[in-house]
Amino acid sequence: MISWRFYVNIFIMYKILTKDILAPGIFRMDILAPRVAASAKPGQFVIVRMDEKGERIPLTICDYDVEKGSVTIVVQVIGGSTLKMSQLEPGDTLADFVGPLGQPSEMLSEKFEDLAAKKIIFLAGGLGTAPVYPQVKWLHHQGIKADVMIAAKSSGLLIMVEEMKKVAGNVYIATDDGSEGFHGMITDCLQNLIDRQGGSYDLAIVIGPMIMMKFAALLTQKLSIPTIVSLNTLMVDGTGMCGACRVTVGGKTKFACVDGPEFDGALVDFDEALRRQTMYKGYEGKKLYEEQCALGIETCKCPK
Amino acid sequence: MARIPRVPVREQNPTVRASNFEEVCFGYNQEEAMLEASRCLNCKKPGCVSACPVNINIPGFIMHIREGEFEQAARVIALDSSLPAVCGRVCPQEDQCEGKCILGVKGESVAIGKLERFVGDWTRENGIDLTPSGIVPKGIKMAVVGAGPSGLACAGDLAKMGYDVTIFEALHKPGGVLEYGIPEFRLPKESVVRTEINNVVKLGVKIETNVIIGRTVTIDELFDKEGFKAVFVGSGAGLPKFMGIPGENLNGVFSANEFLTRNNLMKAFRQEYETPIFVGKKVAVVGGGNVAMDAARTALRLGAEVHIVYRRTMKEMPARVEEVHHAHEEGIIFDELCNPTSILGDEKGWVRGIRCIRMVLGEPDASGRCRPVELPGSEFEIEVDTVIMSLGTSPNPLISRTTPGLEANPRQCLIVEEETGQTTRKGIFAGGDAVTGAATVILAMGAGRKAARAMDLYIRGLAGE
Ligand SMILES: Cc1cc2nc3c(=O)[nH]c(=O)nc-3n(C[C@H](O)[C@H](O)[C@H](O)COP(=O)(O)OP(=O)(O)OC[C@H]3O[C@@H](n4cnc5c(N)ncnc54)[C@H](O)[C@@H]3O)c2cc1C
Ligand SMILES: Cc1cc2nc3c(=O)[nH]c(=O)nc-3n(C[C@H](O)[C@H](O)[C@H](O)COP(=O)(O)OP(=O)(O)OC[C@H]3O[C@@H](n4cnc5c(N)ncnc54)[C@H](O)[C@@H]3O)c2cc1C
Ligand code: SF4
Ligand code: SF4
Ligand code: FES
Repeated sequence: MISWRFYVNIFIMYKILTKDILAPGIFRMDILAPRVAASAKPGQFVIVRMDEKGERIPLTICDYDVEKGSVTIVVQVIGGSTLKMSQLEPGDTLADFVGPLGQPSEMLSEKFEDLAAKKIIFLAGGLGTAPVYPQVKWLHHQGIKADVMIAAKSSGLLIMVEEMKKVAGNVYIATDDGSEGFHGMITDCLQNLIDRQGGSYDLAIVIGPMIMMKFAALLTQKLSIPTIVSLNTLMVDGTGMCGACRVTVGGKTKFACVDGPEFDGALVDFDEALRRQTMYKGYEGKKLYEEQCALGIETCKCPK
Repeated sequence: MARIPRVPVREQNPTVRASNFEEVCFGYNQEEAMLEASRCLNCKKPGCVSACPVNINIPGFIMHIREGEFEQAARVIALDSSLPAVCGRVCPQEDQCEGKCILGVKGESVAIGKLERFVGDWTRENGIDLTPSGIVPKGIKMAVVGAGPSGLACAGDLAKMGYDVTIFEALHKPGGVLEYGIPEFRLPKESVVRTEINNVVKLGVKIETNVIIGRTVTIDELFDKEGFKAVFVGSGAGLPKFMGIPGENLNGVFSANEFLTRNNLMKAFRQEYETPIFVGKKVAVVGGGNVAMDAARTALRLGAEVHIVYRRTMKEMPARVEEVHHAHEEGIIFDELCNPTSILGDEKGWVRGIRCIRMVLGEPDASGRCRPVELPGSEFEIEVDTVIMSLGTSPNPLISRTTPGLEANPRQCLIVEEETGQTTRKGIFAGGDAVTGAATVILAMGAGRKAARAMDLYIRGLAGE
């Protein structure tokens, strides 16, 4: 079958320029996408489709280079599409790469004086380090140093620590198993830091798995720190057309792809968001377990 | 002379088609088309023509069909419409051309839509190329936003005038609603939609997918950095409405747009495509328009028992008569005069039912339809595990918000001069659902063509011609 693309005469190839493995099941790629690179802002994301039969998956823009026309993505293998993507190599192409989508981070529209006066901490859980990075880097370019707390299950799953150190103020590490840095959850680490320092922060930006954002936002609320979270809901189009990404924020329904993905952490209905994320679990989940098992991937959550 | 009855069109058996995505209607063959064409009286003052939004010379093309001159018939239609195979299938003919056919007054109107479709299909199947030759390139760049019917029609006409046209499309495939909204069983994608798009491409129009105007680039950047001289906005009305009732964010509640996009654009109904789709055992589709019918019939084909929950009666449904009829034949259950008040969830947050209130029809409202009024104390529950909301759509405000001077009304519809599509900003034209709100394919196409003429005049004006 001839693809319809054959008929369309502007034929853009989203070429994979580089690829490196950051941790087991986590890889980084630079993709050639000049139009996206030229308009990208921290906080925004892209939607990628691997091939003609693939799904549209949302991924945060982790960096961008206007001159090279490239956009950096960091991906964790969790299902069929991300697994397939992990098998691509430099020189291969993606069928579609569209963006930038969503609102840029709120801080981009804040006045410099206001922003500079704030003590900011980023809480990055697992893969969340990747989307945190462009924001910290952007602040760094404005001459503002933000603190960053990076947490993962164990030492081997920590990513982008060195890159982060170059652009952040203090970088704190926490691991669930204590294999590196603070021994415990990111929430314990933050509580500990505040108790020890006695100080406080004026703004927390939390990005990571939904469950981590839920508990982090509960803690920061208790600590009276205004908090922003970045929601990774299910999505289809990413332009406001389908409503798959609906979340309740402050009692109102919002579309994460156009109103977000960043929202006030104190207002998000996390339990609903967590529940909605599982919508297709039975459907894709089973297939995924089998595939991961077959490939012997470490993160395999196979019930076997 | 004994009058020949309207030639019936062959269709897939309802029980068979209820479980496949093949086209429902087979259309006429040559003999059937010629016979049906012979029923047309070739009226001096044809009512049909004035009731067609683009005023196709209906008796003109039908007379050619009658004589077996199908290519000439195609050329007559091509003067006014660029999408005959599409409009012949999806136009609400009973309200338009066929609604004013003289034969309809005393019996059955000429099957204008089916004849138009026949010509469109015949042209494609016989590889007839209607691309005009000898287009003289003007070397002037024109941009079109959105590759739906309005954008494709506008781009096609501009290209015929010699302009260098690029369409920017947000999704990964061109076609707009033709691709993501209207299902395969009503409008085949590979054959019909792709050919119509390909005809536009053959004129030299470039289509760049994955470009969201307002995000990837702005309209001002198209003017200032990319050298476009005028822009047509045909971005449609893609934003779904919800009712705002309790339980709408439960797992198992979808907008019709999400459900249809997963199935049509992403082809979830085909095993080898990766996008998942959820359809439970018993589905309630809320609404009574074409979109509701499409969602319901799709859910049916995916194996569910489907109820259409509508607050008026079947008679008042805005959907095309043919679609309601087909849905009914296939086994869709119509729960008339009933309006949801909340969606009920189980302990895990999945839909378990829908709570409705009975309605009665009251006085006619501004639209002439009877206003439904709630019957107090008549609430009841329907047990379902999926709810598909199909309450209409509105235009996406992205473009008006990111283009200074481009004004929209409170319903987010772009404000234009009716005859030209001229917006509140110089050099920017608009048409289709982006201007009218959700309407029809033929109106969108007509608006695109009108705007193309106005854009040409605008460019000539700039050049001082
Ligand atoms: C705005 C946004 C930004 C994102 N940024 C990144 C990023 O930078 N890097 C990255 O690796 N991932 C990111 N994600 C998540 C990513 O989109 C999903 O991991 C991906 O779609 C999964 O596809 P899959 O086919 O591999 O898995 P699937 O087979 O689709 O899913 C596997 C399991 O994960 C669940 N799941 C599916 N999608 C999501 C999701 N969006 N969030 C949480 N669980 C999900 C499913 O319910 C399923 O059970 C982002 C999501 C959003 C909405
Ligand atoms: C399910 C369904 C069934 C229907 N059935 C019928 C029917 O039977 N008969 C009938 O006559 N009509 C029907 N309609 C209505 C008809 O399809 C529309 O009126 C018509 O498609 C409008 O055409 P358009 O070109 O204005 O917009 P659309 O077809 O909506 O196309 C707009 C295009 O613009 C793109 N776009 C949007 N924003 C941007 C942006 N910022 N940048 C770039 N691109 C953008 C969109 O992705 C889309 O491809 C139906 C509609 C639906 C949803
Ligand atoms: S375009 Fe539509 S209204 Fe016009 S003649 Fe064809 S079917 Fe009838
Ligand atoms: S009104 Fe009917 S009979 Fe008369 S020209 Fe039109 S289609 Fe033919
Ligand atoms: S992803 Fe479709 S509306 Fe947000």
